[in-house]
Amino acid sequence: MSELAHTNHTEKKDFLVRSSSLKDVRSFCREVFEKLHIDQNLKDELVLAIAEAAQNIVKHAYKDAPDTEDKMVVQISCKDSKLQIGFYDMGTPVDPGKVKHREIDNVKPGGLGTFFIQQIMDAVEFKDGKKPWINHLVLTKQL
Amino acid sequence: MSYKVTEEGNVATIHLDGEIDMDVTEKAKEVIFPHIETGKEVHLNLSNVQYMDSSGISVLIESHQKALEKNTKVIIKEVSKSVLKVIMMAKLEQILNLE
Repeated sequence: MSELAHTNHTEKKDFLVRSSSLKDVRSFCREVFEKLHIDQNLKDELVLAIAEAAQNIVKHAYKDAPDTEDKMVVQISCKDSKLQIGFYDMGTPVDPGKVKHREIDNVKPGGLGTFFIQQIMDAVEFKDGKKPWINHLVLTKQL
Repeated sequence: MSYKVTEEGNVATIHLDGEIDMDVTEKAKEVIFPHIETGKEVHLNLSNVQYMDSSGISVLIESHQKALEKNTKVIIKEVSKSVLKVIMMAKLEQILNLE
């Protein structure tokens, strides 16, 4: 783990809620993790988890609004070796009780994004979105 | 994502290049599925795919299942280390045909 991972560092960026933004979300994350000197293996996993969470916003929270001009915010914070990633959106409210991945042995397309997030991160928490936000998801990982 | 297709006999070899995410899955399906539908054996070369998310993995699963329905197969070749890691995370290394 790098020295930087012990320092306090926060960056956030907004993105249009659409699938074409996902590559920009990944680029943003990679840039921040470069600054934090997070090793390549962990960086790849974290980028995947973050991109899956962003994809869920596009795919589920904005399921009925594919041409929205709304933006989602991704905030990456590192404090005392604890990485916290916040997602903010103004889409359909998420019911945390309904967020579940498919049975992993039941092989079929779909339902893996949430599984990947849970595999990679230490904690996944849905918080009440404070205005103007509707959904606020927080992923955490101890570095 | 870009791609290149070569055909020889009953085998269609598809080289995918770039990052495979939700934004390009429809394009990937349009490239892969027609060859499966015609009953060809599809060799999917992923050596130049450095990133794949759950949407890309779904394309691999759907391709595999379509091939079974058509009594043929999809063989995934030269999978990059980063994509293999995601396939293994999904516990699909014993399900998909990897070479």
